[in-house]
Amino acid sequence: MSEAALIDSPEADTDREVVIEVRDLVTHYGPREILHSVSLEVYAGETLVIMGGSGSGKTTMLNTLLGLVKPTSGYVRLLGQDLNNIDQVARTKLRQKMGVAFQGGALFTSMNVLQNIMLPLREHTKLDETTMQIMARLKMEVVNLSGFDDLMPAELSGGMIKRAAFARAIVMDPRVLFCDEPSAGLDPVVASAIDDLIIDLRDAMGMSIVVVTHELESAFKIADRICVLDQGNILMVGTVDEVKASSNERIQNLLNRRTEEEILDPDEYLRRLTAAKD
Amino acid sequence: MTDRVSHNLEKLGRAAAAGVAEVGFGAVLFVQSVVWTLVGSKRGQPVRLSMVFERCMEVGIAAIPIVTMMSVTIGMMLAIQGIYTLATFGAEQQVTIGVGISVVREFGPLITGILIAGRTGSSLAARIGTMRINQEVDALEVMGVDPVRFLVTPALIGMLVMVPVLTLWADLVMLIGAGWYISVELGISMGAYIDSLTEIIVVDDVLHGLGKSVLFGLLITLVGVINGALVEGGAEGVGRMTTRSVVLAISAIIVTDMIFAFITTR
Ligand SMILES: Nc1ncnc2c1ncn2[C@@H]1O[C@H](COP(=O)(O)OP(=O)(O)OP(=O)(O)O)[C@@H](O)[C@H]1O
Ligand SMILES: [Mg+2]
Repeated sequence: MSEAALIDSPEADTDREVVIEVRDLVTHYGPREILHSVSLEVYAGETLVIMGGSGSGKTTMLNTLLGLVKPTSGYVRLLGQDLNNIDQVARTKLRQKMGVAFQGGALFTSMNVLQNIMLPLREHTKLDETTMQIMARLKMEVVNLSGFDDLMPAELSGGMIKRAAFARAIVMDPRVLFCDEPSAGLDPVVASAIDDLIIDLRDAMGMSIVVVTHELESAFKIADRICVLDQGNILMVGTVDEVKASSNERIQNLLNRRTEEEILDPDEYLRRLTAAKD
Repeated sequence: MTDRVSHNLEKLGRAAAAGVAEVGFGAVLFVQSVVWTLVGSKRGQPVRLSMVFERCMEVGIAAIPIVTMMSVTIGMMLAIQGIYTLATFGAEQQVTIGVGISVVREFGPLITGILIAGRTGSSLAARIGTMRINQEVDALEVMGVDPVRFLVTPALIGMLVMVPVLTLWADLVMLIGAGWYISVELGISMGAYIDSLTEIIVVDDVLHGLGKSVLFGLLITLVGVINGALVEGGAEGVGRMTTRSVVLAISAIIVTDMIFAFITTR
């Protein structure tokens, strides 16, 4: 933590607009504390990658940012508003300004690709059918899915599902885009194409993007800044070069893909062995 | 030994608490559905008629073949049993009374309820459970589409409309099935059979049956949705909760039926 403070705070861009503000966030699953008081900002127009080993709390953090998991204490402000502290109508409005591409795509299995992508428009706008179709097809073009209107999600390959999920996430032109493991489980070529897509969305549409991933290569390629999570703590937030240059042992372990066991200190190891049950 | 007892007591306590929580969840779902139906458009999230219609087709129209088949069979079964029992007193001619009343008050709603619980209740639980583990429900949530409004309310309305309609249909088909057997066996003409039915069955009997069927529709939907929402752990979890939803829904229907019969005949 001390290192994070050293690297991050002196040059923190106070003049840039903050789109997401995370303050002293604590999250529990049942009695287990998962996130231990984490704080973070995401600035307008940047791609922030949340990186960390398996079980470090990345998905939990994302779900808390999205308002799917309620924090025990602390808060998340999205575009200045706390999802957990506003009324239904305001929340619906706020959610139209965010898009989410889930890890598994989360396409609605009962609708074809086009209908999936049109759904946010259908639910939140009063546009006529043709206009909605055109807007949806434009986004399909962006993600290279033109012509696949009528396919059902079950008929898509993994990479196509991801791209359709992206198209659905950006169909409302959100201010903030969230992606969970965008390149996990894809072959390197498709994964790289998805990375390019994320970079394009940031540059062409000026979106602020939060990506959760454990793929180092992809993280280094797309990130403006990286937030390194470890066992529910933020080890550091910094640019790609700052993270690479970090002298923190745990970060280096993560970068060099050393195994979890080596990372454990003896106390932690003993605690795990003896306190395995409740 | 006492350890075992206290352990089991604790388990029982937990199960009871979980049961109460599920009933509470059901009540919340019901209230939310009513609220969405009433004020959804004002909040910019109307309950879509097209989705209600789709549900109605799925609950109602698609179930007609199976409901028809079972109803004919059960109507005939009732007639066979009725004639056999009444023959002991030499009162076969009275069979229409027994069949008519029991079909409209009991068998129509009960059989329809059980069939729909097995058919639609289970598919509702499976659908919502699968959507949950695929994060489709999360996706709705973060899109600003309320999952209760989008998924539960159309299913509930579809069920509340179609279960009574199917019940009426089942009543009709059962009575025809029974009438066919009676007219062949006892040599009563279909016209005479229908005449005596209209004399015996009063509007109250039909309403009694339909009232129950509305309750059954409510129970099937809520049990299906709750079990779907509680799915954990992949496809196996979906299977488990689907089975559970059928068992619970049918149990709930039968118990409710008994209570309803008890109260309304006092
Ligand atoms: N629904 C849940 N209930 C209870 N504990 C959970 C739940 N989800 C996650 N956890 C726990 O929270 C911790 C963090 O999990 P999380 O899924 O956030 O990790 P992650 O960084 O996304 O890991 P991965 O890269 O494997 O997806 C883990 O120890 C996990 O066991
Ligand atoms: Mg994860």
